[in-house]
Amino acid sequence: MTVNWTKSVEDVPTTGKVRGYVIVRSGAAGGKFEPVSTVPFQTEEYLDTSVQDNVPYYYKVGAIRDGEIVGFSEMVGPAVSKQQWFNTRKANLLAIALIIALAILAYVYQAKAGKKLYIRRIAGIEAVDEAVGRATEMGKPILFIPGIQDMDNVQTVAGLSILASVGKLTAQYETKLDVPVSRSLVMSTARETLKQAYLSVGRPDLYNDDSVYYVTDEQFGYVAAVDGIMVREKPATCFYMGAFFAESLILAETGNSIGAIQIAGTAMPTQLPFFVAACDYTLIGEELFAASAYLSKDERMIGSLKGQDVGKGIAMFFILLGTLVATIGAVTENSVIVGISDWLKNLFSMNF
Amino acid sequence: MRVQIPLIITFIVGFALIMAIFVPHDPFHAMDQNFSIYFDLIAVFAFILGGGNLLKIHGNKIWRRARDWKYSIVTVAGFMIMFIVGSFKIGGPPGLTGDVTADGSWFKFMYDAIFVPLQSTMFSLLAFFVASASYRAFRAKTKEATILLIAAFIILIGRTPLGHYLTAWLPQPLQFLHIPNLSNWILSFPNMAGQRAIMIGIALGIISTSLKLILGIERSYLGGEGK
Repeated sequence: MTVNWTKSVEDVPTTGKVRGYVIVRSGAAGGKFEPVSTVPFQTEEYLDTSVQDNVPYYYKVGAIRDGEIVGFSEMVGPAVSKQQWFNTRKANLLAIALIIALAILAYVYQAKAGKKLYIRRIAGIEAVDEAVGRATEMGKPILFIPGIQDMDNVQTVAGLSILASVGKLTAQYETKLDVPVSRSLVMSTARETLKQAYLSVGRPDLYNDDSVYYVTDEQFGYVAAVDGIMVREKPATCFYMGAFFAESLILAETGNSIGAIQIAGTAMPTQLPFFVAACDYTLIGEELFAASAYLSKDERMIGSLKGQDVGKGIAMFFILLGTLVATIGAVTENSVIVGISDWLKNLFSMNF
Repeated sequence: MRVQIPLIITFIVGFALIMAIFVPHDPFHAMDQNFSIYFDLIAVFAFILGGGNLLKIHGNKIWRRARDWKYSIVTVAGFMIMFIVGSFKIGGPPGLTGDVTADGSWFKFMYDAIFVPLQSTMFSLLAFFVASASYRAFRAKTKEATILLIAAFIILIGRTPLGHYLTAWLPQPLQFLHIPNLSNWILSFPNMAGQRAIMIGIALGIISTSLKLILGIERSYLGGEGK
């Protein structure tokens, strides 16, 4: 239930005496009004999330001056909340999501129709071939870590897509591949992915279920086990593709200490600096999601990357426009420009 | 059918969860929480596969006296001891509803006395690895590396009393050069701008990947080619 009111005339930013408002609520017009919340001054709206559907409520708003409530507004009500079929506060989110989704689908359709689409070179993805070749020449295994999150995390799915491509290469080159995982569901999915990858290049005989094995769900137990594997098995190549947390640097530094070539990819902004510092190649954020399209060379998946670029173009346009308008508004204090700036802020805010 | 049924399930569930974001009406409004619970239930049952695989791999290694088989004994022993102590709630309130982590239970003791210190030990390795990674990364070999080195130096020093004292003498008009102020500026502006740019890219990547998964364009997780 959204309660709106007009600010008190004494609610002035620096010199006003009113420093906040209290919202009170009752279940009956003549009933006792209980405080629901207090909000700071310069506020004209409160979202009451503690209401029950189909129950009438009455509201009053009081101004707070010198720590005391000085007068209440007229009572409003009865107001009854009901389940709505559409949350109108999320209309802007729906509009933006639809525009981006339609752009992605349009480019996928174009790619399916045969149009050639260009995507830029990504060094980390182009190095995958070289990295697998290095392990093959040295006669050492490859270690692939698809993150420490479960299949409900889209980064893990992206990591397993890359595993499929790496699996095809290791099948062709007959290189040993080790995939220790941190979640049981990821183990099942990774096995299926790898089995199909080996089958697709005509080498199902080389596939071994035990190349994908479960270690532990616990973060530091997992990294301790993987570090032990690295130090004992000394893989020539390490792939870290998925969601990581604090263990990312431990893995990357251990990999560095054994002289492995390391290619990492994650969409965790806090872990990217560690991978960039310690690994040979790092797929930053969206490059992890682009990798499966890049490696598979599937035109429809490449089309989806172009659709993402439309989203980026929209973001860049509105960032520049918003910055310009906000700066001009702050300098000139023109009410129209300030109004446009506020409208742009509300357009992209998530006031749910 | 092996690929079609999972694709249909993915499409229906994905579409329903997108609807749940925008439609507060029943049955959508609690759908995301309910599906999270269903996923957790499936993951718990899937643990039987994982735990079984762990015992099988290490049991095999011990049986065949493969390389480093002694580590496998430690793994299996640790697994079985915690499993038995936790399942039978030794030392704690008995029965199906007894709290396995109650004070006095062997499970809680082993968790507090063995597991937590080991976890902290692994976490503490980060302190040394940050130093070694920084030593390698912060070398002025290129323009970008030099800028990184200078920024890292300013932020490191800015967080210490030394940073404050080094530039505390600066007059008011030059206070923006005071190292703690520079450090805050670097973190609040260029660093924050870079992080936000990366997060915008990540968000778009997630939208695109999710759409491909829901529509069945991306099928590598099912073991199939994208079709």
